[in-house]
Amino acid sequence: MEARLMHLALVGTPNSGKTALFNALTGSRQKVANYPGVTVERKEGSFVTPHGRQVSLVDLPGTYSLRGRSPDEEITRDIVLGRTHGEAVPDLVLCVADSTNLRLTIRLLLELKNTGRPIALVLNMFDIARRRGVSVDVPKLSEALGVPVVTSIAVRKGGTADLLHLTDQILSGTAPKSGENRWRPLTVAELRATQREADRIIAATVSLPTRPDTWTARIDAVVLHPIGGLAILLLILFVMFQAVFAWTQPLMELLSSAFDGLGQLVHDVLPAGLLQSFLQNGVISGVGTVIVFLPQIIIVFLFILLLEDFGYMARAAFLMDRIMGGAGLHGRAFIPLLSSFACAIPGIMATRVIDNRRDRLTTILIAPLMTCSARIPVYTLIISAFIPEREVWGWINLRGLVMFGLYAAGIASALGLSFLVKFFMWRDYQPAPFMLELPDYKMPRVHSVAIGIFNRAKMFLKRAGTTIFAMMVLIWFLASFPQPPVGAHDPAINYSLAAHIGKAVAPLLEPVGFNWQIAVALIPGMAAREVAVAALGTVYAIEGGKEAAAQIGEVLATKWSLATALSLLVWYIFAPQCASTLAVIRRETGSWKWMALTFVYMLVLAYSASLATYNIALALGAG
Amino acid sequence: MNEHRNPQRPTRLGLARRGYSGVIQRLAAHGAGSALPDAELESRLIELGFVEGARVEILHEGIVSRDPIAVRVDNVTIAVRRREAMAVIVA
Repeated sequence: MEARLMHLALVGTPNSGKTALFNALTGSRQKVANYPGVTVERKEGSFVTPHGRQVSLVDLPGTYSLRGRSPDEEITRDIVLGRTHGEAVPDLVLCVADSTNLRLTIRLLLELKNTGRPIALVLNMFDIARRRGVSVDVPKLSEALGVPVVTSIAVRKGGTADLLHLTDQILSGTAPKSGENRWRPLTVAELRATQREADRIIAATVSLPTRPDTWTARIDAVVLHPIGGLAILLLILFVMFQAVFAWTQPLMELLSSAFDGLGQLVHDVLPAGLLQSFLQNGVISGVGTVIVFLPQIIIVFLFILLLEDFGYMARAAFLMDRIMGGAGLHGRAFIPLLSSFACAIPGIMATRVIDNRRDRLTTILIAPLMTCSARIPVYTLIISAFIPEREVWGWINLRGLVMFGLYAAGIASALGLSFLVKFFMWRDYQPAPFMLELPDYKMPRVHSVAIGIFNRAKMFLKRAGTTIFAMMVLIWFLASFPQPPVGAHDPAINYSLAAHIGKAVAPLLEPVGFNWQIAVALIPGMAAREVAVAALGTVYAIEGGKEAAAQIGEVLATKWSLATALSLLVWYIFAPQCASTLAVIRRETGSWKWMALTFVYMLVLAYSASLATYNIALALGAG
Repeated sequence: MNEHRNPQRPTRLGLARRGYSGVIQRLAAHGAGSALPDAELESRLIELGFVEGARVEILHEGIVSRDPIAVRVDNVTIAVRRREAMAVIVA
């Protein structure tokens, strides 16, 4: 008999180790996409059971109940209830619990039972619970709940064997029967009664430790200290920036010379002409210039994923809540904003954790001001070309310090803007509640972090390979056609379409110190910020030959004044140079109005800040 | 010293200081001053484990106005603002 594909869904509270379990079961066989019509992340993976059954597993957004207070929680509710069009009704719902903390999950499970779906309870992190003195009478718990119960240790090899075995048992022979759906939103009284019932079951089947996790208590005593904790948070951010800037250098240089070598190979093998120029200057140098920054993106996500897995992110939100509240932001906005340092797109999407629409809109508005990783190539290029490599105060790298300053400027302007939004637009506004579980600390797992980084790197490379590649070909075309007339003396690019466009826009940008080459690079830079680097490379490479392509920075240092360089750096803090971000804002807010507002305010900020920077720098003699 | 001789007087968790420990008596969202409707605030508190009889202890306080607070609720730690914690009556 041909077994059909079975559909399983993971449901659980935040911090239940759901994602670790998902990673353990599916490994690298994961697809990350969005649910149609909404921007909730849809994580699906597949695995094969010991009996050879094909299983498709979805990791549903974490929730404490089926009430659906946010778009994420609505997705979880609707999929469990089989209400989502185009989504398979789960054959089995796996309710995942952190074994050290069963109260909230058991209550969720009692609520889930009302849906009539086949359910199993997975007691995850069972090793930690046992070490801490939690002992569970599994058969008795299963009997009391009326659902199968299985233990698992997601982070250990073979730790999911029992779960796989149970899945086979439940799915084999007779198809699991779905009961009648009696679910409806619980009233406060019912919720309370359900929690009492959960507590009664736990009291009868689980013996809890008397003392909390001592390690978590010890670490929290330091990192949640009102002053010491903030100092540690700043130190972590500072180390992160130094790491992104300094530690990745050797690898980046290696990648850079590899692409140069490849370009040279093409140059040597092919006859001089359009094809040679296209491959070397358009394709290899363009895509290469972007891929070189992969190490930095990996480092940024490494930090974010490690802090998230360790359990620090919630602490950071706790420390920042009132401070951000002063600027009109919700403590939960900290995580989306921190993610925006990697890329505003996941950051804006992560604002879904903020329930209140106004808090969420404010966060979305300012998220693009956080220095995303796509700005790093631009910053790196200009800083390397114009800021001398030396130490200040003995141990701080001056270039790293400038980088830190650019990040700080982004953060400061974001907080200022948020304050203005709160003050002018939503004066009558009451802050939404900040309620967050502070999970016990856990050692981050290499496997989980590696999968996370792999997924992000894949997304970045996809962009580099599609959007950016297309833009590079376009730029090369604009910079190469029309070809110069026979007997022309100026560099070929001066006759091209790019020059015409750049020169047409240049008068508008002249007051901020930009020449037409920068104007040319900013246009494709709209597709993705980092494209501007490749575009400058292409523009100058075609102008100056391949030696220039290898050393864009050196060329810039000879062609631009320091004032122009500083002005461009400041431009990049603020400018709405990313069409994808704007598109995501439109999708997330469901309105063109918010997208247009973001575009206009960022453009105005960028232009005025660059104008000020350029003129101050000129006045100080940096022209 | 008084606290040791007599049972603690009921108070709002939102008013208690770091180191306070007690037992939840009831939830009283009405008049707590949260932006949430009363029923919604109570639901959320219950979902995070703030139910009658649960043992609570204030472990940490934030830097601005000692807000928010990190509360041990039985064996979970929850971060909550004092404004919402006003709805939790403890003794």
